[in-house]
Amino acid sequence: MQRIREIAHQVFDSDIWYSFTSSKVTMLAAVVTIMFIVSAVLAPLIAPQNPFNPGDLNLMDAFTPPVWYHAGMVHYVLGTDDQGRDIFSTILFGSRISLLVGVGAMLMAMVIGVALGLLSGYAGGALDNFIMRVADVTLSFPALLVAMLIDGVVRGIFPNVTQDQSAIYVLIFSIGVSSWPPFARTVRGSTMVERNKEYVQAARIIGRSPAAIMGQHVLPNVMGPVLVIGTIGLAISILTEASLSFLGVGMPPTTPSLGTLIRIGNDFLFSGEWWIVVFPGAALAILILAVNLLGDWLRDALNPKLR
Amino acid sequence: MLVMIIRRLVQSIVVMLTVGLIAFAMFRYVGDPISQMVGQDTPIQVREQMRQELGLNDPVVVQFARFVGNTVRGNFGISFRIGRPVSELIIERLPATLELSLLAALFALVAGIPMGIYTGLRPDSWLSKVFLTISLVGVSLPTFFIGILLILVFGVLLGWLPTFGRGDVVHLGVWTTGLLTASGLKSLIMPAFTLGLFQLTLTMRLVRSEILEVMRTDFIKFARARGLTPRAINFGHALKNTLVPVITITGLQLGGIIAFAIITETVFQWPGMGLLFVQAVQFADIPIMSTYLVLIAFFFVVINLIVDVLYFVVDPRLRAESSPHGH
Repeated sequence: MQRIREIAHQVFDSDIWYSFTSSKVTMLAAVVTIMFIVSAVLAPLIAPQNPFNPGDLNLMDAFTPPVWYHAGMVHYVLGTDDQGRDIFSTILFGSRISLLVGVGAMLMAMVIGVALGLLSGYAGGALDNFIMRVADVTLSFPALLVAMLIDGVVRGIFPNVTQDQSAIYVLIFSIGVSSWPPFARTVRGSTMVERNKEYVQAARIIGRSPAAIMGQHVLPNVMGPVLVIGTIGLAISILTEASLSFLGVGMPPTTPSLGTLIRIGNDFLFSGEWWIVVFPGAALAILILAVNLLGDWLRDALNPKLR
Repeated sequence: MLVMIIRRLVQSIVVMLTVGLIAFAMFRYVGDPISQMVGQDTPIQVREQMRQELGLNDPVVVQFARFVGNTVRGNFGISFRIGRPVSELIIERLPATLELSLLAALFALVAGIPMGIYTGLRPDSWLSKVFLTISLVGVSLPTFFIGILLILVFGVLLGWLPTFGRGDVVHLGVWTTGLLTASGLKSLIMPAFTLGLFQLTLTMRLVRSEILEVMRTDFIKFARARGLTPRAINFGHALKNTLVPVITITGLQLGGIIAFAIITETVFQWPGMGLLFVQAVQFADIPIMSTYLVLIAFFFVVINLIVDVLYFVVDPRLRAESSPHGH
């Protein structure tokens, strides 16, 4: 209990917390992000309808407009799509998938990038040169393009497994593999600075292995910028996933992400059922905006130059 | 200068060969090229004979050399799905994508640089705050969603602009252009705006932060002390010194624009290379995918090369550093 109070005291007394509470926009962005995460986790409990259980659907209710229209129905607040699926429920389930892929891909990029960055910065020489050239080439192609290529190649190699269950892993893998360079570059830069500090020399003198020095001594000291890149990277991963799904090479319609929902809704744009595409799109935009704002704030808060 | 260009050229060739190797590996090892070409009932002897004739049994190095040779001569193989030479398909689609991308880049520059200068010189005015808010929204709204909203408002509700395709095009030899007809120009407005918006926000933010940075330097203070007019300071001194990063980012973004045209082309059903590529990924049509990869890499390399040369033209410091007598 005493320990918890100490940690709480440390948190609420810190500069970061002060800069957090002094920016209303940031607090709003944090609330929105947390709401998205909570509703994504609890989607099966709070959604009015399970949109992927055919027994719950009623085709008679298809194309119901949002509730404020004359033809709207109270239990379909944001209307329904062509199969009578409640748009609000599909958004809840869709943001679950979007967040899952986004977080998964970002974590994968972070692990690859931080590991390669540490290695590159600590080892130096030819290895450093090689890793950084690979990073340059990867970085000069947009992540979207690299992810599409990986996705297409996987489809070519395993023609039958790319649908449904495995699509999510293919997506996490292709986005993760294509977005590690920013992590690697930043970590490499900080590692090169840390490498020459006295605590690293001391660790070397008492005979710790290079792996232990990198992992236990250098890593904690280079994590600050990684958090910033991770937050912005999360927004980019979610956006890349949505783009891929919108293009029809991401999540299939049976387990849709927000991008897939927008792709589905796009077909009804010209027949006047605008709510099928606009609400999932707005949800995606709000989520990305909130995460971006958090990232911007974190960058300023952790940057000692601006304090 | 010449040494620098030659060094860059060698680097570019290495990059292209690497990309070529990836494309070759995709082409050769993803799926079996023979079974893509013949029916299921083809006997093994015939397949083996085709293998021999097509040289698929040769050493890998020989095959790669042949692949590079073919690629350089513009022979990219035959699409698995469409059954036509990839080079023909690309030539058909290239003008649409290039026209769209260049117009989008032009829009981003023409609108982005003045907005960046204004927000940089007057960071506290209300118009700057409006511009910055727009830029934040522009960064966060997904490209395809902006396109969809535009279609909804200007295409479906107001009915002012066409929502898909290029409109009427004029054939100039192998090149087709939509710039010469009214319907072609009208069709370009929404896709070019959609594609350029993200670039615009990037350009604007970049110019703004560069101007803010440069206004704090000593030589600007000194210029003020000398009594130069604000006009001469802002445009003669400040703007000139922000040009180098602007050129780099714009140049590098041009490749990004061509790549992101994939999304815009899908939203507006624009008959360009991006749409071709998306369909190729959906059907694992490897020849088109590997060709697109090589082509985009080629664009990137050429643009990078031009950007590097422009550096030297714009920044005299680099010229001084590279010349052997300059020290």
